[in-house]
Amino acid sequence: MEAADAVKDIKRADLLQMYYYLRLTRALEDRVTALYRQGRIMGGVYTSNGMEAIAVGYSSAVGRNDIIAPYHRDMGAFLIRGITPGEVIAQYLGKRTGPTKGKDGNVHMGDLKRGVIGFVSHLADNLPVATGVALAFKIRRESRVVVTNTGDGGTSRGDFHEAMNFAAVRKLPVVFFCNNNQYAYSTPLHLQMAIPDVVDRAKAYGMPGEIVDGNDVAAVYVAAQRAVRRARAGGGPTFLECKTMRMHGHSEHDSAKYVPRELLEEWKKKDPILKAEQMLTKLGYADAGTLHEVEERVKKEIEAGVEFAEQSPMPEGPEALEGVFASDEEVKP
Amino acid sequence: MTTAAPPHEVTYLEAISEALDEEMSRDDSVFLLGEDIGPYGGAFRITEGFQKKYGEWRVLDTPLAESGIVGAAIGAAMMGMRPVVEMQFADFISCAFDQITEVAAKNHYRWGAAVPMVIRAPFGGGVHGGPFHSECPEGWFFHSPGLKLVAPSTPYDAKGLLKAAIRDNNPVIYFEHKFLYRRLKAVLPTEDYIVPIGKAEVKRIGRDISVITYGAMVHLALEAADLLAKEGTELEVVDLRTLIPLDKQTIFESVRKTSKAIMLHEDNKTGGIGAEVAALVAEECFDCLDGPILRIAAPDTPVPFSTTLEEFFLPKVVDVVAAARKLAAY
Repeated sequence: MEAADAVKDIKRADLLQMYYYLRLTRALEDRVTALYRQGRIMGGVYTSNGMEAIAVGYSSAVGRNDIIAPYHRDMGAFLIRGITPGEVIAQYLGKRTGPTKGKDGNVHMGDLKRGVIGFVSHLADNLPVATGVALAFKIRRESRVVVTNTGDGGTSRGDFHEAMNFAAVRKLPVVFFCNNNQYAYSTPLHLQMAIPDVVDRAKAYGMPGEIVDGNDVAAVYVAAQRAVRRARAGGGPTFLECKTMRMHGHSEHDSAKYVPRELLEEWKKKDPILKAEQMLTKLGYADAGTLHEVEERVKKEIEAGVEFAEQSPMPEGPEALEGVFASDEEVKP
Repeated sequence: MTTAAPPHEVTYLEAISEALDEEMSRDDSVFLLGEDIGPYGGAFRITEGFQKKYGEWRVLDTPLAESGIVGAAIGAAMMGMRPVVEMQFADFISCAFDQITEVAAKNHYRWGAAVPMVIRAPFGGGVHGGPFHSECPEGWFFHSPGLKLVAPSTPYDAKGLLKAAIRDNNPVIYFEHKFLYRRLKAVLPTEDYIVPIGKAEVKRIGRDISVITYGAMVHLALEAADLLAKEGTELEVVDLRTLIPLDKQTIFESVRKTSKAIMLHEDNKTGGIGAEVAALVAEECFDCLDGPILRIAAPDTPVPFSTTLEEFFLPKVVDVVAAARKLAAY
């Protein structure tokens, strides 16, 4: 974790951009949670509260031609890839203007045009899929990479193992992130695995792994950059375990009483937005005025998003029948 | 382009190899992945010599991990490749069930991402494979919207349907019947052709009873038809060829003509494709039916190993003859 030094190599504009996305993610998810409490959201609300730095960090480290396969606590990834707050809220409201046109809810979004693989509820399902994305790049000798993420719980699934193993055997250009937020729904880490660090699993595949401070956006960004560079150069996959804490319940319906309050208090001090502000101030990259400007900008964008989503039409019932199959014209052979 | 081979007889198995070879020559995005398909050429030798011709990265030996293999195929397909997965035996597809039904099948519906991918699944009994090398798992996927399912019964259909499946923009499970691999031969056209997905074929025209079937059972029905013709009963044998999307028109046209229908399949009886076809016929052709819709299928047990047990388990020509005689009496 030599992020403290590495941060000096990150451009001010890039750090400020990441700070903006941290704030945008937090504000968007807070707004969606408020809508949920008002009973206006259909289905569950899964947030990345307290963990925003992971998706923002890795998504900032990939190129425009690269692909990301985020999981359900990666709102920042969708935003960085250009899915707007309005589209996200529309998705939560089941509107036709959401990325899935009402076919799926909440964070189950994807858009190949913007380089985002759609998330599947079954955790770790997208890891083999990401491996296949990397395989296509390798077969075609393209210098593109794919970054994917799952939780600590997801690493217990067979698909995690099958993807990690295949990627390592074939030295595929994929970076596996793990958001270790200590709990998979209500199950604490020690009941999920008999090792304290998820990263130890990488050794079994002959894959380099690293522990990263998941609440430090600069640390995540630097580690992701290094892994992406390595993958692009033909060095194969990397596993990055981001240590963090899930500050809300699994979903907003879950009060998470099973999490000791002291643990939350301790992690609150390490809030990723707070950390980013301290870093920006210390580096002289931002003062209170700059930070306030970001806050105001974000607020406006979220409110515009709410308005867009609320004014968007609902899909018509029979649209439920559309899109089961891709047409002959959709992909040219 | 591959230079067209002169007309020659090929087995059902060779027809599958030819389809793969020609599609790989025609389109760089087509590649194969699976267990032992490289230097070894696959458990049934369908890809023998392929790796030499197309290289290690287009004929890719994978770890033993069906879910990982199918997941990887899905990812590659979304990036514009056309992967063809070989399941060593259709039975092992259960390990990849989640990737097939939750990811591949739902992707396009959920967020518009096409998954042009083929899973080849060597299925069926009659080869003394026992409970884990003889299954007919098509029923599991028949109930998962977003997948296409095909099951050829002849070398001609085997080649044409595989080519159509590779060119299709959706996940297609291609059920190839192991019993037919080396038992059938045919001279195939030298020019490129496909058998369109979604089209059944009447393999024998008859006026009295429709037998609706697919896979190896088509040949059972044809054999029974020869026997029954001597008694003056003419069976019409409808080979579904594609299970999803079902060619309802051909089914209904046949039943409206004969007024009697038998569903014949090797899969277990309960909840099988025959049950669905019977329901469709009851809904759409009720007023033309002259007798009950009958089903001939395997009993609801795993596929047993021992010769005597498996022979008992599999539908037989005499079963078709008996059912037809029963219906002919109406």
